[in-house]
Amino acid sequence: MSEFTSSPHAESTSTDDSATPTAITGASILLDHVTKRFPGQTRPAVDGLTMEIPAGKIVMFVGPSGCGKTTTLKMINRLIEPSEGRIVVDGDDVTDMNSDTLRRGIGYVIQAGGLFPHMTVATNIGIVPKMLGWDKARIAARVDELLELVSLDPALYRDRYPKELSGGQQQRVGVARALAADPPILLMDEPFGAVDPITRLRLQDELINIQEELQKTIVCVTHDFDEAVKLGDWIAIFNEGAQLEQYDTPERILGDPANEFVENFIGSGAGLKQLTLTRVADVGLRAAVVGNPGERAADVLARVVEAGHGHAVIIDERRRPLQRLSRRELGRLQVISDIPDPKLPVVGIRATLNDALDTMLVSSAGAALVTGRRDMFKGVVDVQTVMDAITRSQAAAGLDSDQAPVGLNTGLFQAQASAAGSDPSEIEGSGDGAGAVQ
Amino acid sequence: MNNRTLNTEAGIAGGDSAVETPGDPAAPAVPVSRARLGWQSWRGLVYQLAGILVAFLALVIWLRTADLSPIELTTLAPAALWGYTVEHIQLTLLAAVIVLVIAIPLGIALTRRPLRFLTAPVLAIANVGQAAPAIGVVVLLAFWVGFGFWAATLSLVLYAALPVLRNTMVGLQQVDARLIEAGRGMGMSSAAVLFRVELPLAVPVMLSGVRTALVLLVGTAALATFVNGGGLGILIITGVNLSLTPVLVTGALLVALLALLIDWVGRVVEHVARPKGL
Ligand SMILES: Nc1ncnc2c1ncn2[C@@H]1O[C@H](COP(=O)(O)OP(=O)(O)O)[C@@H](O)[C@H]1O
Ligand SMILES: [Mg+2]
Repeated sequence: MSEFTSSPHAESTSTDDSATPTAITGASILLDHVTKRFPGQTRPAVDGLTMEIPAGKIVMFVGPSGCGKTTTLKMINRLIEPSEGRIVVDGDDVTDMNSDTLRRGIGYVIQAGGLFPHMTVATNIGIVPKMLGWDKARIAARVDELLELVSLDPALYRDRYPKELSGGQQQRVGVARALAADPPILLMDEPFGAVDPITRLRLQDELINIQEELQKTIVCVTHDFDEAVKLGDWIAIFNEGAQLEQYDTPERILGDPANEFVENFIGSGAGLKQLTLTRVADVGLRAAVVGNPGERAADVLARVVEAGHGHAVIIDERRRPLQRLSRRELGRLQVISDIPDPKLPVVGIRATLNDALDTMLVSSAGAALVTGRRDMFKGVVDVQTVMDAITRSQAAAGLDSDQAPVGLNTGLFQAQASAAGSDPSEIEGSGDGAGAVQ
Repeated sequence: MNNRTLNTEAGIAGGDSAVETPGDPAAPAVPVSRARLGWQSWRGLVYQLAGILVAFLALVIWLRTADLSPIELTTLAPAALWGYTVEHIQLTLLAAVIVLVIAIPLGIALTRRPLRFLTAPVLAIANVGQAAPAIGVVVLLAFWVGFGFWAATLSLVLYAALPVLRNTMVGLQQVDARLIEAGRGMGMSSAAVLFRVELPLAVPVMLSGVRTALVLLVGTAALATFVNGGGLGILIITGVNLSLTPVLVTGALLVALLALLIDWVGRVVEHVARPKGL
């Protein structure tokens, strides 16, 4: 690949560009008529793809295995050089820029983190800052800051080696490493593919939190459609040869799939999947009558009756929920105890309605207690709230979104076929057949 | 004797922990299990060194007590033996340095993209070449380049380069391709990836190739005497030619002990130089 020949002047060119990647928000990306043909393959892996990736958004690439998601992603940081077309970042054509310099400004996360096993967590995270010439103190401070960001205690983890971390922790460090020099763009290739389902959900939530804070442009490949719905501001559904079947918001892809391929890809349960689109924070929470440990139960019951509620929520001195007591339970108690109820139905304010519903069903409580930062009690979400949200999101899916980014294939493959007459049209037929099977 | 061995072992155990300590302050989190592991893997090394020392003492005692002829006594005089040994080590080390300087860069070059198509054929040749008998290589080369120290060195170098070349290539090849991609993806140049990722991860395999080469060199350096290269081989040849069994045995034992000692040094280096975290 050409990086190998171009690397010697990386040192000389890096000095003038090294100061760039400190923008706070993401940069837009444009793939302009990009085609990739691998040597010895008749069909291009990516075929005349034009695609806009808006700044500060998460764009998810999904599609069947081998359809060209990874190839498309790697053309953005030019780990794979496009055969044709241009890559434009924030209005600048980077197709001919020094690729090492380009990549120092683009975070890159791969499955299982791709951490270097012979370097400590801190060294791993500090690689790009070091290449950019940061001094030691600044790198050390940045490492700690990033470890905090990905919820790892710096004192505990900074000097560990990757093999001393769990899979999920390695993946977190991988994300921290990609964010080290505060790049405007983050590319992720099936980042959560190698961790167990529970850790995956947690990592997804954390990515959403991080993104809320940092507003990067994130392009993320996944084979898990639910993950795409959960994380994506926009979802691009690809077919063989990186043919864009639909590029739209999760709401509209679920509510109005463009064609049969997309419908098949979504699979069953589109209605339930819509529940993952709305977060507890986005629906109206109901207030609750609260009480504190040590209070007389009769006083709390009086307040519940006065408010016309069925339950009271007991919170500790830091406003963390401990118990949820019905009128009947309050009536039987003398004094409110401070023993937390282990089966309390609690969801975070960032959780999806799907999670909330699940929590309610599991605890058969008909409502879930919502907590915000530091597990502080925020309010209650109940089944009626969830039903209202479904109705609203279904209505929203019917509307046209006018700000949808551009995404299309100029279809070099089809263009060639239609221009050249009978023989290639046969190829086109077989190509369509293959597409329909997928 | 028994007492001595015990003392030796105790002395080495003490030395061993002294060697290990400098690495330890950097060791994070789990010092207890790490120290245990450390001792487990060091134990083999301690036994190997103890064995070498015991064998050497046995040889010394035997030479002192055996009934030797005057010729044998002159040939096996401590000063003479020391001289042959030093010559032997010189020959070995010189060859080793040349081997490393040639084989490691060559191994790196052959695994880089422009030459990668050569990796498989070169590995095949290296494997075959290593199976060829050393004596044949030494003698053939001697006829070609002439006799003497340099001829001996050259043939030794060629012979011992193979394991180093092979292990350098294998060591680099077995580095996880995703790590290389992660490095490039972060904007490390191909040279940076080579020096900061690939070579450190290949170190364990490469070092074991170097150790193999050194042991080979000690053994085959004995053959150098056939081309007037000097070294401990002279004892073996004299012993065979003049039917002086004690001389023959002493020469053979010294070569073997030297090889074991160098193997031990190699293992210690491998242990110390192995990147932490692997
Ligand atoms: N380095 C490569 N050399 C040759 N063909 C490749 C290479 N990388 C990917 N391909 C081919 O390109 C197509 C798309 O691959 P990829 O982008 O990895 O798919 P996805 O990530 O969607 O599963 C596949 O048919 C694959 O065989
Ligand atoms: Mg892929």
